[in-house]
Amino acid sequence: MASEEFPLKKVCIICAKGTIEDVYAALVMSNGAVMEGIETKIFFTFFGLDAITKKTMNSLHTGTVGNPAMRMPGGLPFPTILGVIPGVESGVSAMMRSQMEKLDIPPVTEFLEMIEAGGGEVYACKLAMDMFKLKKEDLWDGVKAVLTVGQFYEMCGGLQTQIIFT
Amino acid sequence: MAQKVIAGVTVDVNEEGYFTNPAQWTKDLALAIATEEGIALTDKHFAVLEFLRERFSKGEALTIRSVGNSGIIDIKGFYGLFPGAPMKKAAKVAGIPKPASCV
Repeated sequence: MASEEFPLKKVCIICAKGTIEDVYAALVMSNGAVMEGIETKIFFTFFGLDAITKKTMNSLHTGTVGNPAMRMPGGLPFPTILGVIPGVESGVSAMMRSQMEKLDIPPVTEFLEMIEAGGGEVYACKLAMDMFKLKKEDLWDGVKAVLTVGQFYEMCGGLQTQIIFT
Repeated sequence: MAQKVIAGVTVDVNEEGYFTNPAQWTKDLALAIATEEGIALTDKHFAVLEFLRERFSKGEALTIRSVGNSGIIDIKGFYGLFPGAPMKKAAKVAGIPKPASCV
């Protein structure tokens, strides 16, 4: 079955974590799909909700503790013990965000707006919102709806469709 | 290298139809390629095409965000001009290689 014969028509992407790298993995894949003309839906749940919560969406962090792939600028390993010092996580995260800016990777709000401009749809998970005591008005205005998992699955039907959990 | 005859002119293209020599591009060719893609080009389209060609010639990355910040059109408008896959379609019509950027 050649992939040219059955190209992807729809992707449903689930983002359940709130670190910079997890959120951007979901955003890059979503925006990339929209740019290819693929119907795109993103579902934010659990800590992923930080990416669509007004208060947190543009100040996401990356974990500086317990991440063996973390390196110092220059490539030396990043000692976990440094990661626990107050302010280090913020500094590292700010550095990551500025590196991304240089590659023309936009801040979260702008990225979501780009996805929306291309017809991508953004949804939030009802159960996780109840858990974190979030209301619809706490979320980015572009969020199309707050859904149960069943409602999300209903949208994910169809041939040549993939569900991607980042 | 493959060649293709567009509007009576022979141009060098790759197997997907993207120009391999952007210098061969003309506005008439753009009109013909756009028609194949089902797009009727307007001045707005041409402004975007010129912007992409200029960026390409400077070796800058072709990102959808850069089009949105170009002052020519916003991103929603860009999707409207080249429906479906705007970056790819616009690059094809602009006579430049397929964009290798992920954003």
